[in-house]
Amino acid sequence: MGFDIEKWYTQKMQGEVLLRYMGEISSEKITEALGEIELSLNLKNEKNKVRKKVYNVFVESIQNLFHHVDIPPATAKVQNIPRFGVIILARDRSFYRISTGNFVQAERVQILRDRIDQVNSLSDEELRTVYRDILGNEGASLKGGGGLGILDIVRKTGNKLEYAMYPHDEDFVFFAMDVYIS
Amino acid sequence: METIIREGSPKTPYVRLDSEKGLIEIKGRSIPENSVEFYKPLIDWLDKYGSTPLDNTSVNVQLEYFNTSSSKCILDIFKKLELLYKKGSKVHINWYYEEDDEDMFEAGEDYQSIINIPFTMIELEE
Repeated sequence: MGFDIEKWYTQKMQGEVLLRYMGEISSEKITEALGEIELSLNLKNEKNKVRKKVYNVFVESIQNLFHHVDIPPATAKVQNIPRFGVIILARDRSFYRISTGNFVQAERVQILRDRIDQVNSLSDEELRTVYRDILGNEGASLKGGGGLGILDIVRKTGNKLEYAMYPHDEDFVFFAMDVYIS
Repeated sequence: METIIREGSPKTPYVRLDSEKGLIEIKGRSIPENSVEFYKPLIDWLDKYGSTPLDNTSVNVQLEYFNTSSSKCILDIFKKLELLYKKGSKVHINWYYEEDDEDMFEAGEDYQSIINIPFTMIELEE
């Protein structure tokens, strides 16, 4: 029966949800989503510093989906579109949470897990050093980001990435990630 | 050589590349999905400018937001300017950041640590 995405989506609705989106992560949708959260963050009279951080981390999170999601499996009960992803921005007590979800081919899971665990293991000082090394020494990847996205998220939030891999079938898992901004 | 002016958009910055004044300005937000596409013509302009630069080139970068995809492209611009500087041209980068924006301040420090050009961090009051 595979992964129950609706159930997961519902569970992620805790707190005050400022934006939720499930569907194609296109360039146009990203522009729309950014316009929407900018308005809601401004309306809340949030401190400039926090507002900018939330906006920045949201940009990286949604563009991470844009650049890296796999086509969902035909057996998933979602629209069969190449760039399918989920993103939720919620405010919960003293922090903001950005939750993302997307299907990943099983063969890529270990690489993804290793990459996040490695970034999570770094101290602030190490994060800075690794970020500068990648920025200064490697050519931009074809996707433009050069692998800096999740490093940037962890560096800006100062919080580790929380993630879960839910098996869907033999070939796919659903990858869910939570980013907290306090 | 032509002067390039690009008005800002929700995802791309205002840009002015002025060969008559030796002035390069990038302001606003730089968060396109495809940064390479946006920055390629600017890098090409710098290549041309580099063959007959003015004695002094001033660079003002005042960004509100930029994504990691743009960060590589901004570095590419700075690297072109570094070549000019190494050839004896006077080049100066001013990096503006809002007073409570520690992320933008740190981003400036990142570039300062990578490139070798006179680089001034300027705090803007809110």
